[in-house]
Amino acid sequence: MIRYLARRFVTMLVTLVIVSALVFWIINLPPGDYLSNQIAELRAQGEAASIEKAEFLRTQYSLDQPLWKQYLIWLGALPGPDGYNGLLQGDFGWSFEFDQPVSDVLGDALWLTCIVNFSALLFIYIVSLPLGAIAAVKAGSWLDYFIAIIGYIGLATPNFLLALILLYYGQLYLGLPVGGLMDPVYEGEPLSWAKVGSVLSHLLIPTIVIGTAGTAAMIRRLRANLLDELGKPYVVTAKAKGLSSTKRVVKYPLRAALNPFVADIGNLLPSLVSGSVLVSVVLSLPTLGPALLTALQTQDQYLAGFILLFVSALTLVGMLVSDILLAILDPRIRFGGRGR
Amino acid sequence: MTPKDHETLPGKAGRAPSAIDPAERYIDEAAYDPAAEADTGGARPDLDMPTGKLIRRRFLKHKLAVISAVFLAFLYLCVPFVEVIAPYGANTRDAQHLYAPPQPVHLWHEDEFIGPFVYPTTPQPDLEMFRWDYIEDRSNPQPLRFFCSGEEYEFWGLFPADFHLVCAPEGGTLFLLGADRLGRDVFSRLVYGARLSLTVGLIGIIISLTIGMTLGGMAGYFGGIVDSTVQRMIEVIRSLPELPIWLALSAAVPATWSPVAVFVMISVILGLLDWPGLARAVRSKLLSLREEDFVRAAELIGAKPSRVIRKHLLPNFMSHIVVSASLSIPAMILGETALSFLGLGLRPPATSWGVMLNEAQNLTVVEFYPWVASAMVPVMLVVLAFNFLGDGLRDAMDPYS
Repeated sequence: MIRYLARRFVTMLVTLVIVSALVFWIINLPPGDYLSNQIAELRAQGEAASIEKAEFLRTQYSLDQPLWKQYLIWLGALPGPDGYNGLLQGDFGWSFEFDQPVSDVLGDALWLTCIVNFSALLFIYIVSLPLGAIAAVKAGSWLDYFIAIIGYIGLATPNFLLALILLYYGQLYLGLPVGGLMDPVYEGEPLSWAKVGSVLSHLLIPTIVIGTAGTAAMIRRLRANLLDELGKPYVVTAKAKGLSSTKRVVKYPLRAALNPFVADIGNLLPSLVSGSVLVSVVLSLPTLGPALLTALQTQDQYLAGFILLFVSALTLVGMLVSDILLAILDPRIRFGGRGR
Repeated sequence: MTPKDHETLPGKAGRAPSAIDPAERYIDEAAYDPAAEADTGGARPDLDMPTGKLIRRRFLKHKLAVISAVFLAFLYLCVPFVEVIAPYGANTRDAQHLYAPPQPVHLWHEDEFIGPFVYPTTPQPDLEMFRWDYIEDRSNPQPLRFFCSGEEYEFWGLFPADFHLVCAPEGGTLFLLGADRLGRDVFSRLVYGARLSLTVGLIGIIISLTIGMTLGGMAGYFGGIVDSTVQRMIEVIRSLPELPIWLALSAAVPATWSPVAVFVMISVILGLLDWPGLARAVRSKLLSLREEDFVRAAELIGAKPSRVIRKHLLPNFMSHIVVSASLSIPAMILGETALSFLGLGLRPPATSWGVMLNEAQNLTVVEFYPWVASAMVPVMLVVLAFNFLGDGLRDAMDPYS
């Protein structure tokens, strides 16, 4: 088990490094950079002092270096102009647009992103587990079709539109709050129950919206898995011996059907994180989504790069967790790992 | 029925009259025909036909998939002729009808049948709500014109034409689905938008198929170091959250490019992240097929790897590829919609469903002018149709199960 985990962890780290290089390359694809654009603009206006500052920042963040060197400095593997300070040393870089360190610009957004995605994941499991199981047990009934239709609609509706519509009707009929992650009253206040309540009520719509697409896929997967399992002879035996119908489904077949269900987090997470970026923009949640959009539009490269890397890392960690869960759930994987 | 049953049944029928059969068994009254017996032997007649025929029969049983296929075929047939179908141009503005509501098409005017017509509307400023109200003039029916000459356009960019299926009445307007912020006809824009939104998925899938099949094929066929390299690439790409990377890549498309170049680039971007799933499927299928005797035979005759893959292996999992393509296209259509919605995909004056939805981004539209957001209906329908089609194909492609 430990060896399996260690190997899995090392693979994740290697992947993360490759992803970081890829991300750095992608954000540097647009010609020019924020500072040279700014310098050109300032030069046109003839502001000497600001130009000097921009030039200083350019050397400070080594934007005048070749790309591979820039990457290694950003990573913290090569010394920058002031010695080592890159991601590995915990320095996330400088946001030129906001004229602040990236860590200050993002601040709470990192945690909020994790919270939003985690609650969406939870929502998916809470909703799709019973629905998928019911759909499988009652396969072919109107309930099965009803669930399938809900699933298909969730699959086909673009996330952002659902967000907009739910936002409108939630506000109109249920008095749910519009936009943001908490009531402005609680902004900067110490943690209290009222604040938690406010955050929860604001989380409701984003969670549902981000979760729907994933829920549809999960329901279908669980239904298919459970149907396969329910047709096996041991279930018939259990029925013949008089096991109650709940026990007959929940105790053995459901557990066996859960493995692929858990393994699917790996497929689910990237799309979940993608969806949350989009939905956050529409609902103006203070997560990484809106920040990423502005950063990309203004070529604020360290901000954009860090967000992309963080989001990818979130996905990778999620996949790691799903693998660990799977190893706990399924002894075949655990022992297979040891055998090798 | 096994052959044995057939032999015993006619004999019974000969011994006892069927009406008073004590065992109440079904008895075939027809005379025994040994010729029919010899034909089928022990084979399954329902499976004894070419695979293509079986697939078609099985697919036709899947009603929803057939309907979806017809629907999609209809849409894609419309794509080359959008100029003819749309009554207006995609960017034709009518400053007199900003945010005009949909004009329903009527058939009867004051209990009198006069064919399809619309009532003209005139704008009336609502100073309290700061919006335009449109008053319908019920006394003045304006019949629609069919197969008419209306607004001029360059057909396929080749020759000028002005033929339309349906045009606005003389001196009137025809806003079947209302007008948007700039007074452009939403229905015409939907039709024009279909051109880009529907083809984006096709171009994307071609790119994704090319990359996926090449890399997956190489990994599965050669194995070893090629295989593990491709495997790592797949893992890396699969762990990237799609949308943020799409956003970053499309932010890199220069703003100075022409709409067509941007469109092609966006399709390429959509295809670039989609191939890992396909490559994986191709690879695992190839790994098992590679051990088959017919592959060994082809190799021994001296066929080159590219020929073996193309001629002997690919046809064996074509079905797989078709299915995963039909399930990937909707994801790309949704991707384009999302990118354009955020303003990083296609940009006006290009018209796609995503660009149209970009304008429906605020709550004012949802509340007062919901018809501006009508592009969501075709998006949902197309995505659903592709999903149903993919499901139906998947079931049909394996007719022996």
